[in-house]
Amino acid sequence: METVTITMKNPPALYLEADNVSPDAFAGKTAAQIGDLHVYEGNVTSTLGKYFEISGNAGATAADTKIVVKGDVKKVKYLGFKMSAGELVVEGSTDQYAGGWMTGGKMLVKGNVEAFAGTAMKGGELTIEGNAGNYLGAAYRGDWRGMTGGKILVKGNAGSDIGMYMLGGEMIINGNVDVHVCTHAEGGKVIIKGNAKTKIGGQMVDGTIFVFGTIDVMMPGFKPAGEVDMEVDGIKGKFAHYIGDTGERHKKKKGQIIYGNLYKKI
Amino acid sequence: MSEYIIKNGNVFDPVQGIRGDKADVAIKDGKIVDKVGSGAKVIDAKGKTVMAGAVEIHAHIAGPKINMGRIYRPEDKLFTCTPTKGIERMGGGASIPTTFKTGYEYAKMGYTTAMEAAMPPLFSRHVHEEIRDTPIIDEGAYPVFGNNWFVLEYLKNQEIENTAAYCAWLLRVTKGYAIKLVNPGGTEAWAWGLNCLSVNDPVPYFDITPAEIIKGLIEANEYLGLPHSMHIHPNNLGNPGCYETTLDTLRLAEGYKAKNKFGREQVMHLTHSQFHSYGGTNWGDFESKAKEITDYVNKNKNITIDTGNVTLDETTTMTADGPFEHHLTGLNHLKWANIDVEVETGSGVVPYIYSPSISVCAIQWAIGLEIALMMKDPMRCYITTDHPNAGPFTRYPRVIKWLMSAKAREAQINAFKHKDKVLSQTSIGTLDREISLYELAQMTRAGPAKSLGLSGMCGGLKPGMDADIAVYNFNPDKPVANPEDIEKAFTRCAHVFKCGVEVITNGELISNGNKRTLWVNAKVKDNPQVMRDINEKFLKYYSMTQANYEALGHHFVPNPYALEVDATQV
Repeated sequence: METVTITMKNPPALYLEADNVSPDAFAGKTAAQIGDLHVYEGNVTSTLGKYFEISGNAGATAADTKIVVKGDVKKVKYLGFKMSAGELVVEGSTDQYAGGWMTGGKMLVKGNVEAFAGTAMKGGELTIEGNAGNYLGAAYRGDWRGMTGGKILVKGNAGSDIGMYMLGGEMIINGNVDVHVCTHAEGGKVIIKGNAKTKIGGQMVDGTIFVFGTIDVMMPGFKPAGEVDMEVDGIKGKFAHYIGDTGERHKKKKGQIIYGNLYKKI
Repeated sequence: MSEYIIKNGNVFDPVQGIRGDKADVAIKDGKIVDKVGSGAKVIDAKGKTVMAGAVEIHAHIAGPKINMGRIYRPEDKLFTCTPTKGIERMGGGASIPTTFKTGYEYAKMGYTTAMEAAMPPLFSRHVHEEIRDTPIIDEGAYPVFGNNWFVLEYLKNQEIENTAAYCAWLLRVTKGYAIKLVNPGGTEAWAWGLNCLSVNDPVPYFDITPAEIIKGLIEANEYLGLPHSMHIHPNNLGNPGCYETTLDTLRLAEGYKAKNKFGREQVMHLTHSQFHSYGGTNWGDFESKAKEITDYVNKNKNITIDTGNVTLDETTTMTADGPFEHHLTGLNHLKWANIDVEVETGSGVVPYIYSPSISVCAIQWAIGLEIALMMKDPMRCYITTDHPNAGPFTRYPRVIKWLMSAKAREAQINAFKHKDKVLSQTSIGTLDREISLYELAQMTRAGPAKSLGLSGMCGGLKPGMDADIAVYNFNPDKPVANPEDIEKAFTRCAHVFKCGVEVITNGELISNGNKRTLWVNAKVKDNPQVMRDINEKFLKYYSMTQANYEALGHHFVPNPYALEVDATQV
């Protein structure tokens, strides 16, 4: 695997839309060619090379390419956009849409990410060592197709509206989350190791949520369905089981109504 | 104005009966002429196909429900934006493109005239603002009449003269082009939580049936002698077994003859007939009744139709048929918007994905093509996708590919997940007809122009007509090696002229032309009763005054072209 290191040298005045920073876009290119890839600063189209110092050549394919992003990229959006293979490591924190629409490969952010990370993600692994913003693994504005596959791990906290319209895949939050989890979800699994606030699973059609800590206010549309002993992400425990959202439509399978599931650790 | 001569192209013009002959087309002062001087700019069309600019008879491209779609579907613009380029403004959207992108895309495919298929009269100002902002193409808009309280009340008492006077007034104040009906009576019934699924279901409160509304508006249309006929989206759209309602609707035109000075011969235009040709009792035994519908239309010459081809895309359905959209959101569980338009009409919007792996969608695809292939007279059957309902208009080149190539249809049938079901529920597999370029020119140019009463102006290449011309990179003398070449050729024109102005060269925009708004100015005898009724309804029911209702002046209609109709002597 070849490694390309891009280091922020000339920070943008506005936010930078860097939808070309992915193993797919870099694959088969030399450092000079990578520097010529376009980025947008406001309504001006520019090149990656204007902002970043680029060293190392990419591998022949995305799978053979690893990208390391250094320097302050807090004002850079779309890192790892649509990546399908390979690796991307962001040494610091980054802005919105990190790993948006990714279908494969591994992306690691050592700092925090802003909103919309992993938007409509289909596959691969997205790991955030710091905190995640709002709408993690959610659908794009207006869309009803959120995260459908892959895995997101947040070692810190996450914001509100995570897993909105989630259809599949898995999301683990080691810390706490803000309001609205899995709104409109029709599949997938969200594990919250910390505390949750309110509106957990509102209008949820299908899918599963685990909460290890507290829930401030339960949705009235969820009803208790007993207690179960389970092992979740390697942790054994007793969970209170709720099904819902009973105010929403639900599919039937073999005559049985399929509800969304909410498990709260007792 | 400059002179042009398009030399040595293979010309297809049903108006003059030219079937691919190598000929020159001359342009002077915006019109097609017999000859031009030696200084005329020469366009070399050797090895290319030359046709008149295409005419769109039915698309939803301007107005409040399109904008509702744009507002509530930001995801439609995701990854579909095009940046500013030369004189071309930025655009965006796939199934509900921005106004500018709408104009550019039509023009690049060789379309020079398009009709907005459903204008809510109350929002005609909005419709005209969008039409104004859609460059290049001439546009008209059909106000909807089938659920309008004035019409329901006049026709309840069989007052054809009053209905006609009201229609003439509404066409004038809204700058409308034709009389459009959408689920007649059904959308009004929807305001009561009901629907009209047959032509005999009574409309609540008004106690009139869809059949009475349809016949009454055919009579009013012919009383006025409008350029286009009554244009109908019948009751019971999109339901298994709806073809019987469609046949009942078509039978209502029996005995009526077209009366007009525009050369139009039909009294009824059945739109998006694909959605109205369904058999079966549920989605499981859903089947095609394209044969039953086309058999009837083939025999009855006073009807024209358009296809409403499903293009197998993700799109946005939108119609003044409010109850249908509510029904649809119950089927696909996607977001639903509903709009009520006081006194006049309503509408609904729901996104829809025509997936090739769902048998119903594949059968719908087949039905649209069957209709086009089973219609014997291409002058009475026009290609549409009911944009954006069955698919975006930008897919016309793909529909043309399927119609012109049995091989392309076979490839698509083989790609369906439920191929056997498509073959058993439709007869698409038995149809080997391939539409010729001449027939294509009939179905997209001469035919719709004639149906719209515009045959003297567009849809042909006869000297004296507007110089609306499309030149395609398609050599009819060479066999088609790959059906994809057809789609490619019809996607981007080599040259397009709009009223003698070259607007497209090599698929790129070079001029915004001189876009016009087409409307019909119908004069009737003074009718104090209708004028008093209008005044009274505005005072009693409307939330706006008459003074704020009319679309007039440079802001709304900067470049009008009125078709004059005189019904004062009737």
